[in-house]
Amino acid sequence: MVDFLSFRDDEPGQEPAVTFEAFAGQTNATAVRIEPGDDARALLPSLDRISLVEVNFPVFGDGRGYSAARILREAGYTGELRAVGDVLVDQIVAMRRCGFDSFRPDHPFDQTAVDAALARYADVYQKTVDGRAPVWAKRHPETTHG
Amino acid sequence: MYRYDQYDQSIVEARVAEFRDQTARRLSGALTEDQFKPLRLTNGLYLQLHAYMLRVAIPYGTLSGRQMRMLAHIARKYDRDYGHFTTRQNIQYNWIKLEDAPDILAELATVEMHAIQTSGNCIRNISSDQYAGVSADEVADPRPWAELLRQWSSFHPEFSYLPRKFKIAVIASPEDRAAMRLHDIGIELVQRDGVVGARVFAGGGMGRTPMVAPEIRDFVPESDLISYVEAALRVYNRYGRRDNKYKARIKILVHELGADEYRRQVEEEFAAMKQLGLDPPTAELDRIRGYFADPAYESGLPDSVDRSDPAFALWIDQNVKAHKQPGYAIVNISLKPAGGIPGDASSAQIDLVADLAERYSMDELRVTHAQNLVLPYVRKADLFAIWQALDDVGLAEANLDLISDIIACPGLDYCSLANARSITVAQKIANRFADPARQRDLGELKLKISGCINACGHHHAGHIGILGVDRKGVENYQLSLGGSGAEDASLGAITGPGFDENGIVDAVEKVTDIYVRERTAGERFLDTYRRIGMKPFKEALYG
Ligand code: SF4
Repeated sequence: MVDFLSFRDDEPGQEPAVTFEAFAGQTNATAVRIEPGDDARALLPSLDRISLVEVNFPVFGDGRGYSAARILREAGYTGELRAVGDVLVDQIVAMRRCGFDSFRPDHPFDQTAVDAALARYADVYQKTVDGRAPVWAKRHPETTHG
Repeated sequence: MYRYDQYDQSIVEARVAEFRDQTARRLSGALTEDQFKPLRLTNGLYLQLHAYMLRVAIPYGTLSGRQMRMLAHIARKYDRDYGHFTTRQNIQYNWIKLEDAPDILAELATVEMHAIQTSGNCIRNISSDQYAGVSADEVADPRPWAELLRQWSSFHPEFSYLPRKFKIAVIASPEDRAAMRLHDIGIELVQRDGVVGARVFAGGGMGRTPMVAPEIRDFVPESDLISYVEAALRVYNRYGRRDNKYKARIKILVHELGADEYRRQVEEEFAAMKQLGLDPPTAELDRIRGYFADPAYESGLPDSVDRSDPAFALWIDQNVKAHKQPGYAIVNISLKPAGGIPGDASSAQIDLVADLAERYSMDELRVTHAQNLVLPYVRKADLFAIWQALDDVGLAEANLDLISDIIACPGLDYCSLANARSITVAQKIANRFADPARQRDLGELKLKISGCINACGHHHAGHIGILGVDRKGVENYQLSLGGSGAEDASLGAITGPGFDENGIVDAVEKVTDIYVRERTAGERFLDTYRRIGMKPFKEALYG
C-alpha cells in the first residue's frame, strides 16, 4: 500500500505547510496548504517563493481543488502540487491532468490500482496543463499550435 | 451522423474496462457500496426502488438504425423487454443486474454508444433540437457544436466533481424545441455578419427553484467556444454552493450573484483562459461538420400525399412536420399511446422503428425531450407505408403536442425519490380525454407531470403542470398553469391547494373547460391563459 505518491524528480517538500491565512503574514514560508474555499489566485503574486502547495480535499466530492490546481499551473507554478485528504485512486488521473504531481491520501492507495488507473486512458479530449496532446491535436497535427 | 474514429472508440473501450474492474471490485467486496456509489453514478447506474437502473446516453438525441437495434437487444437480453426514453433524450432500463452492467456497456461500445456521465455531478449528455439539420428555420445544424461539446465534456478532469449536475442544450432556431433556457447552460446559434456563433444563456433549470436562464453573452465565436464555456464552468465549480444540495445548481449562483456579476466573473476568467490554447482549431469543428452534411436528397419528388384514408390524414396533420427539402417530411412517432406509459417502448417496437429508419429515413432517427421519436428524412411518398407499419405495433397515435402527449417522470412506480405516482395520473388523464376529436379541439396543450419537486417531468414548463407531493403520507397533486419550455419560456403558477388522484383529473378537465369557454379564434390554451390570467381558472377549481 502507498501512503505517499510523487511524480516529481526532486525530493518531496518536508516543510510543514502553513494555512492560507497565515501564509500572507509569513513572508519566509515556502509551503502553503489551501482549503476548498481559499482563492488560489491570491497566491499568484507569491509563486516564486513557493515550493509546495498542498490542496486539501476534506471530502472527495468537493471538486474545487481541481480548479485551484489548474489555476496555479496555468499561472506558471512549477513547484510541488500535492493533493491531500479524501483522495481516491479513481481520481488520480483527473488530478494529474489538473497539475497535481504528488498525493498524500487519507487511506493508502493500492499500487496495482494506481498503475492500472494511470495506464488506462491512452487518449484525452481536453487540453489541460499536463502537456498531453488532446485528440483534436492528434487529428490536426498541421494546424495545431503549442 | 457522427462516427467514432480510433480515438473516440479507444476512450469508450477504456471506460468499459475501467467499469468492469470497478464492478468486479464491488462484487468481490473490495469496494463498499459507499465507495462504489460515486463510481457507478458517473456511469449512469442508479440503485432504484426495485433494481439497478442504467441510463444510456444518446448524444443530442441522434442515433442510427444499428444503434437503435442495440437498444432493443439490451431490453430483450438484460431487462424486461422494454426501455424508457427520457426527457433528456436518453434511454433508461429499469431492471438491470449489477453483474450484467459491464457486458451491457461492452455491447454498447460496439455501436459507438456509452453511459458516460449520464448521472453524477458532472456535465451530462448534451441535448439539442430533434429537428436539427432538417428544419427550415435553423441558422446552422446545432449538432456539430453539440458533438464538439460532448467530446470536450467527456471525462473533463476539472469538472467531474461539480457542486451539482450540469446540463447543456444547443439549438439553432428561433423556435425552441429543446427547452434551451431551462438548462444550466443554453446555447442558441445565431448569425452575425454572416458568421455563426453562440448566444449563451446560463442559470436556467427546473427543480424546486425553477428559473429561466438569462443571457450572459450575445455572441461567442466558434474559435472561443470551448474556452468560454470552460470559464463559465470554472466560475461555477469554484463558487457554486456546496453547503446545500438544493441550492447547488448554477441557477442559484447566477441568481444570488446576479447575471451581471456572474457575467463579469466569467469574462475575467475567459480573458485568462483564452491565452491557453484550449480551443481546438477550426478544422476540428469542420471535421465534425462533415459528418452532418445533408444526405443525398432525391430531387423532383412529389409533394402531394393521398389523404383518402381519414385516419392516415389525421396522423399526417398531427404528427408529420414540414421538412426543409421539397418532397420530404419529418415524422414524429408518439410514444404516448392511450393507456400506455409515456416514453416506454418494447424491444419489438424499438426494432421496428430501427427498421423504418434504415428503410425510409436515411438510417437515422431522433429522440425528443417530449419522450417521442422522430424519423427526420422521410420521402412523402413513403408516409403511408410508415404509418401502416407503425399502426401494426401500436405506434400510430396521432397526438403530437395534444393533451395526451404527456411528459411524465417514472414517479413512485420506479423512483426512490418520488412522493407520488406520475404514470397512473398520466394514464387517467389520457383516458379522460380519450376522444381524439376532443383532443384535437383542445389543440396544442403541453401537460407535464413530475412525481416530486426534482421536476424530471418538467411540470414547471407545462402549459398544464402537475406535481406530486406528499401530504401527511397521502399522495397529493398540485396543479400549475402557464408554463412553457419553448422560445417564450415561462414558469407555471400554482393554482392553489392540491388534489387527490381522481381530483387532479377532474381539475384538469375543469381547466380545459374554461379554456374552451374563453378562447378566441386561433388561441392555444397557453395564449388564453396568458390573456385572461389565473382568476377564471381558480374560480372554476375552487369557487
Ligand atoms: S421528478 Fe422526482 S419522482 Fe420523478 S423521476 Fe425525478 S426524482 Fe423521481
